[in-house]
Formats: sequence, structure tokens, C-alpha cells
Amino acid sequence: MIEFRNVTKRFGERIVLDQVNLEIYENQITTIMGKSGAGKTVLLKHIIGLLSPDAGTILFRGKPVSQMRKGRWNRYRSKISYLFQNNALFDSMTVFDNVALPLRQATTMSSKEIDEKVMARIEQTDLTEAATQYPSELSGGMQKRVALARALVTDPVIVLFDEPTTGQDPIRKNVILSTIAHYRKKFGFTAVLVSHDIPDVYFISDRIIVLWEGKTAFQGPYEESMKVDHPMAEEFLRSLEGFQDELTGLLSKQMFRARYAVTLNERQAERTVTAVLFSVRFDLLVETLGHVAAAEVLKILGRYVNTNFTALGGFSVRTHTGEILAILPYTDFQEGQQLVKSFGEGLQKEALSNMEASTEAKIGITSCFEISVYAGITEANSSEDIDRIIEKARANRGIIAIYRCDPKGGGL
Amino acid sequence: MDTRSRQSAKPWAVPFRTLGRSVIDLVDNLGAATLFFGQAFLLIFRPKQFPEIVQQIYHIGARSSNIVLLIGLFTGMVLGLQLYYSLVKFGAEGILGSVVALSLIREMGPVLTAIMITARAGSSMAAEIGILRISEQIDALYTMRIDPIRYLVSPRVAASIISFPLLTAFFDLIGILGGYLTGVILLGGNGGTYFSRIQSSVDLADVRGGFVKSLVFAVIVSTICCYQGYFTHLRSDSHGARSVSLSTTSAVVLSCVVVLIADYVVTSFLM
Repeated sequence: MIEFRNVTKRFGERIVLDQVNLEIYENQITTIMGKSGAGKTVLLKHIIGLLSPDAGTILFRGKPVSQMRKGRWNRYRSKISYLFQNNALFDSMTVFDNVALPLRQATTMSSKEIDEKVMARIEQTDLTEAATQYPSELSGGMQKRVALARALVTDPVIVLFDEPTTGQDPIRKNVILSTIAHYRKKFGFTAVLVSHDIPDVYFISDRIIVLWEGKTAFQGPYEESMKVDHPMAEEFLRSLEGFQDELTGLLSKQMFRARYAVTLNERQAERTVTAVLFSVRFDLLVETLGHVAAAEVLKILGRYVNTNFTALGGFSVRTHTGEILAILPYTDFQEGQQLVKSFGEGLQKEALSNMEASTEAKIGITSCFEISVYAGITEANSSEDIDRIIEKARANRGIIAIYRCDPKGGGL
Repeated sequence: MDTRSRQSAKPWAVPFRTLGRSVIDLVDNLGAATLFFGQAFLLIFRPKQFPEIVQQIYHIGARSSNIVLLIGLFTGMVLGLQLYYSLVKFGAEGILGSVVALSLIREMGPVLTAIMITARAGSSMAAEIGILRISEQIDALYTMRIDPIRYLVSPRVAASIISFPLLTAFFDLIGILGGYLTGVILLGGNGGTYFSRIQSSVDLADVRGGFVKSLVFAVIVSTICCYQGYFTHLRSDSHGARSVSLSTTSAVVLSCVVVLIADYVVTSFLM
């Protein structure tokens, strides 16, 4: 959809983009990564025309952007929205007026049509109660949603997100990224994202692009980026991933893989280990509880898995937004089944029972929710890769803990 | 200039180089500000501007009226007081009304009104646009396909062009009443003579001169203040909030200085 061909950008004597070549595909989430000052924001600003290249060409659906005539250039820009790092909301306007601004000033729609469209976007982004408030009266997460509503109100084909999670806590980071993924599905736009929040950003991204010393060091799926023989993979991506998943406290993917390899080497005689895949239907949780509460549920599950299985020599990783894989190297299949059963009972009684207090879910006679935690258990051997183990465990999946809120108080 | 030529430059050349660079910067900025005003002026006549212009008339004009009227009253009172005691020495206190009115209509009204609006509304124009610039809201307007000059600058220029002459007229009127208050009511001058002298000495050319000056000052103040705010991010001496404060200060100082220079130039053409 968008292609950079040998794009170069200089600021004074400093070359920020040095003959950059990259491609952004339609209906995908593409994440741009790179060290500070690598030119990520500069790259986004080139796409929307806030900056123009000193050399090279940017193509939109095969046509050079620089050769577009005024009318065509305006049509191109009308397809793109930009979400600024600091939201760039107008403090003197209410949420409604902020969202309505692009329609009032850049379209010929009637005020009735504008009101209807703005209210629809405000409702879709859960901001109905905040419509008459000013941005300064809202939390950071809500401000981000207002900026998102404003970016989406013009029905863009491409939305550019400039570091949408900077300065947020792990829950908020997860919430913002899952919101982007959720709305991308709902509204069907192409998303280009600048973010470093691993692993969450990997779960929602179709492709990643890594800028390294002004050039494109890698573009493609995340899994392939780790296999590339480039200083970028060694110095940057691995250091970025760290040791722990901030949200759940579980191991990072990189640490998990290393630990898994070491464990299989140690236990060559036994040949097999037990693997358990815990999961929640994250999209459903988002629909029923909202983004914040859904992230809280994930955090609770991750911490409970970590507490219970680390003591038994196990180790775990979040493999997808709502999925956690635990490896139990010293437990056989039958013992594993018993463990998972008692784990489910404990989870239901201890962790999920106070869900109402720990989440921000609204409970009432008319609104109540249900959380189901699934687990699938399987045996794994040294010849199987992790994706295959996940597939096998997923096939054996069943509910191990369930929480239903009681409108009269307490869970069932 | 590369490092070698900089190193080989003679010490006596430094002041000339500095002067030359300052002149180039001045001409550069003058050209840019003229184009900036031209663009903003043409965009006034685009659709959807009316509500924004009305809003700016309220901010620049209506909300400045109290301070302008207050300053106008006291300026007239001081003029009445000073001129009465000066004129009475020559037995010419009868022309107090015409001297007060002509001073106000030709000079003091347009100049003091422009300076008061610069201090009150011009500073807020520069600061507001500067903050919008450093918080990327001007970039955000661009990404929403809203021309920032049309949306932010044109309404302010239009509102200034409408508000300055009106406020100047109010300033002149209240100043004449202030002169009457001190010259006639406090010091016992003749009220009928005061107003009849004004009627006989002030002609349409004086009023037109004051009107032309107020229009010129409106263009100068709104262009300088908006220009300083709009290009806050290009300041080489500071960044962020500090650049906004410096832009605001520059906007006020530069506007006042240019208003006084323009006053001389316009007066010399009108005389």
C-alpha cells in the first residue's frame, strides 16, 4: 500500500533516513521499531506529508506521492489519520468539539450529520459520559481514546500511531495496544505503529520494521527478526525484550526459549515434559468488561500461574494476548492433570473471587459478566518446537475455572 | 561558510559579518512576514471563517474594550489638565477642546489603542499559537487537512482589522470626554466653547488619518504576534516553553516598536 524507495532525509548535516526502503501492506498492523533518534517519527511524518524527503520516492498504491496534483494529494491525505505521541488535543475544546473538529473544518457535512457521526465514534470508544468534558479533566488513557476517536471520525484508510504507549504503566500499555487491535478489526484500517512494548506489540503486529543507523535493518514477521544475523537483533531487539513480561511477571519469550532449551538438555533421559496452555477469551473480556478490566484479568492469571508453577520448577510465557504457556519439567502427564485441576479450583476461589474489586468492571442488576479460564495439557518432547506444543495443548482445551458475578454481591 | 574560511576571517571583519547577517535576517523575516500576512489575508474569505472571526472579535475587540476605555479616559483627563494650565498662560484656554480632540484623533488614539491591544490581545495571540505549535497541535491541524493559517491566523487578522478602528473610535470619544471632565468640570473652562472648537477644528481628513493608522496598526500587530507564535519552533535561542515566553516578549516589543515607526511613516504621508 505504501512503499519507501531509497528515501533520504537530512536535518542539517545529520542523516536521519539513509536510503530507506520499506513496504507497508493494506489491512495489517505494521510496527516500526528502532533506537531513540533512529527516525521512526520522521518516517511517520513523511507518510502524512508533514515532512518531505530530500531524496527518494514515497509511493501510495504504486503512485509517487510527490507527483500527485493538489486534488489527488488532498484525497490521499484524507485517507490518513495521525495519532500524536502526546495526543495533540485542543485543551480549550470539549471532547465532542475535539472529535468534531476535522469534520466541521475539512468537510461539507451538515451539522446534523456531524453530530450523529461524532456521537457514534464517541460511543464506540466508550467516551459517552466524557463528551462534554475537557481533555484536562480526563485520565491519560481516556485522552488517548479521544485522540483515537478524532483520528477515526474521518473513516481513514491508514492510521499512524506515534508511540501511543509512552509513559503508561503495563496495564495501560496493554489496554492501548489491545484497543488499537480491537478497533483495527472493528473499523478495518491499516495501522502503522511506533512502539517498543514487547511482548504486547508483537501480539498485535502483523509485521515489524526495524530502523537501524538510518536504514531498514529488518522488515517482516517478528519471529523472523530474531533469526536475522544483524547487530540490530543482538543489540536492540533482545535487549528490548528483557527478562520479564511487565504485565504478568512471566518470562519474556527470549528467556523462555533459553530456559526451555536448557531444560530439555538437562532432561535428555526423560525425553518428555508436560506443557499446559492457559487461556482466556480476551476479545470477549474486552467486549464485556472493557479494556482495563480485561488487562487486569490477564495480569491476575499471569501472576497466579507464576506463583503456583515456579515453586514446582516450572516456567511460563505469554504466547498471545490471552494465552500463557507453562512448562512443567518435573511433572508427568497424570500429575499435571491433577495439578491443573487443583490450580483451577484455587484460581476460582482465591484469585477470581475478588475480581469485582480488582477490576473496574461495572456490576449491577443489568450488567454482569462471566470469566472462563481454559487450560489444555499435553506432553512435549525435544523434537517439537514451541508452536507445535501450543497447537497440541490448544486441542485439549477445557474450562478449569469460571467466574460469574452475582448482582447481589460476590461471585458464583 | 566552512571551517577553513571561518578560521581565516580577519578580526576586523567580524562586526561587518555580524551586521551583514543581521540585515539578511531582517530582510528574510520581513519577506516571510509579508507573505505570511498575504496568505492569511486571502484565506479570510474562505468558507467557514465567519464563526471563528466573530469569536476572535470577542477576544481581541470586546474583551479589550474595558482597558482601552479606561486608558482613553485617563489620557483625555491628563491632556485636559496639562493643556489647560499651558494654554491659560497664553490666554488660549478656549482652544482646549480642539487641541485635545486633534491630539487624540490624529495621534494618541490610534497609537495608544494599538499598544494597549498589543499588550492584552497580541501577547495572548503569540502565546496561544506558540503553545499550539510546541504541543504539535498545529501539526495535528495539518494532519486533519485543516490549513493552520486559515484556522488560526486569518480570523485573528480579520478580527484585528475590524476591532482596531472601532476601539480607536471609542478611545477618542472617551478621551474627549476625559478632557472635558478636567478642563471644564474640574478647572472651570467653558463647556460650550470646548465642544464648538472641536466641531470647528476637527475635519474628516483627521478622522480618516486616524482610521488609516488604526488599520495599519491592526495589520502590523496581528501579523507580528501571529508570526512570532507560529514560528516559535524555529527560534534558535531556545526551545519548548521558554521559546513561547521569548516569542511572546518579542511579539509585544516588536509590535510596539514597529507601531511607533509606522506611525511616523504614515503621518509623514498624511501630512
